[in-house]
Amino acid sequence: MSSLWEIGNLPAWLVVLPIIGGVVTFLLPAGRRANVGLVFAVLSAILALVAGVIIAGGESLRHALGGWSAPLGIGLELDGLAAVFILMTALVGVVVSVYARIYFCVLVADPQRASLFWPLWLLLLAGLNGMYLAEDLFNLYVVIEVVGIAAVALAVLSGKTPALIAGLRYLSAAIVGSMAYLMGVALIYGATGVLDIGMAAAAVENGPTLRVAFALILVGLMVKTAVFPLHFWLPPAHSSAEPPVSAILSALVLKGTFYIILRLWVELFGVSLTFAAGQLMGALGAIAVIWGSLQALRQQRLKLVIAHSTVAQIGYLLLFFPLITLPLGMAAEADWTLFAWTGMIYQVLSHAFAKAAFFLAVGVVVIAVGNDSKDSLLNMVGRLPMATFAIGLAGVSLIGLPPSGGFLAKWMLLKAVFASGQWWWIPFILVGSLLTAGYVFMLLRLAFAPVRKEQAMNPIPRGLQMCALVLAIAAIVIALPAEWIVGLLEGTSAFGDAVEMGAQGGEVLP
Amino acid sequence: METYELYAMASVGLFTIGLAAVFLCRHFFKKIIATKIIGAGVFLLLVSIAERDAELFADPVPHAMVITGIVVAVSAAAFALALARRIRLQSGRSEFGGSEE
Repeated sequence: MSSLWEIGNLPAWLVVLPIIGGVVTFLLPAGRRANVGLVFAVLSAILALVAGVIIAGGESLRHALGGWSAPLGIGLELDGLAAVFILMTALVGVVVSVYARIYFCVLVADPQRASLFWPLWLLLLAGLNGMYLAEDLFNLYVVIEVVGIAAVALAVLSGKTPALIAGLRYLSAAIVGSMAYLMGVALIYGATGVLDIGMAAAAVENGPTLRVAFALILVGLMVKTAVFPLHFWLPPAHSSAEPPVSAILSALVLKGTFYIILRLWVELFGVSLTFAAGQLMGALGAIAVIWGSLQALRQQRLKLVIAHSTVAQIGYLLLFFPLITLPLGMAAEADWTLFAWTGMIYQVLSHAFAKAAFFLAVGVVVIAVGNDSKDSLLNMVGRLPMATFAIGLAGVSLIGLPPSGGFLAKWMLLKAVFASGQWWWIPFILVGSLLTAGYVFMLLRLAFAPVRKEQAMNPIPRGLQMCALVLAIAAIVIALPAEWIVGLLEGTSAFGDAVEMGAQGGEVLP
Repeated sequence: METYELYAMASVGLFTIGLAAVFLCRHFFKKIIATKIIGAGVFLLLVSIAERDAELFADPVPHAMVITGIVVAVSAAAFALALARRIRLQSGRSEFGGSEE
């Protein structure tokens, strides 16, 4: 039995522990789920911290499930990139869990139904960890589906008709996305006979089949990541969910599929990539930045403002791809790729913390006033100072004002853009920040506006505001341990490198 | 023409038909059926790859993928149907579009 606790089994435990938690909480009576669920969320976070410490020591862990190694078995790999995503998920997850513990026990009319949050959330956590660790294409499909179904189930937790309709739309988009992904995987298996990502990367040769396969995989994952113009399902689903669920969906679930796009782009797609492919990703991102921010400015409901802001912030992530997709031979001279990588990672981290804080803080306001129109923010600064402060801090990070994590992200991206000579991205980044400032200050102006007649307010447990504030502060101070985080990432072989188009003997385009 | 080629072409046809239907149909039930047709296309492609690589017997790995995929697809479809039924019971609606956005 002692071998179960060996450090080499850590990647497996990161997936298995939340699954155990999900099953246990599901079997418990509704009233006791919350505390046990919270314990499992904290335990998973401790495992994630252990993983972070081990990776910081310069090791990376590979685990073959059941002792069967690839190509037949299932590999899990914990490296620097995976560790950063796992840590982010764990930290945001714990704070959201504490918030959910208070929210669902105290403030929800139907605690019986609300207690289903815990099994679903732990299952989602297991799926996300699985995404970060999985080493083969088919297991990625399975965890994508686990995450997709759990996410939709969480989104419809309130049981209200608009949430159900948004959930069904989300589910159909998710199924189509994962089926497109699986079609691509089938074509890759047909061409190479392996599913392990590393082995497939060694075996693929550029050709029409592979290009179609990569395109199917990419489009399937882009639907799930809500990349413009495939984001249509996101605003209704994210805005109609309960506040802790919105935070999880916006901050974490989208990052899971983004991580898979990132991994496959740098590790597998290289043979078939062209300069135009990178530029196309960047263009979609640039349009998303402008379009999402403009839509956010136009919304009248608070949660819709934040949901559209998510579409815009995902756009910034895509600007990473044109910067690292370079012609063969150019990668050695490209000294900006490290900036691009750092900027992208920081955009992932700061958006996760800031957006979760934003949704939690707005959740507090909505509970207090009873509706989520923009006017419910009126005079909030005097009545809910901590929640207002959280909205302000999260906004600072989203806009990219120093010294926040968002500033570091956008600054690094700009540096990479300047150094690479792809100047055409600059206006999008800058105008995007201005528009973000527009909707953040629009909300803050309302919060500071005095009103003649005070509305009655529902009482708010202090803990809810604290949770939002903790995440918002995290979005700011995340900029401080930059060196440590970049140090973690250097264990990942691909980190800081460019992807050479048509490497491994494919055709080379100028 | 080999049998597996016929299967592979049929699978692409199914995938395309399903994909078109997902975008064109607004009725909940039709949309769910469309996703099932996409799934059928994907699984048929996997089976045809297994048939192509067959020596003494068909390649078992795609079969394992199809089995797993079917289980996942069934649960997703069951969940979607449950949602659609619930929406209809609560509001009488059975189509997308209109006032919810």
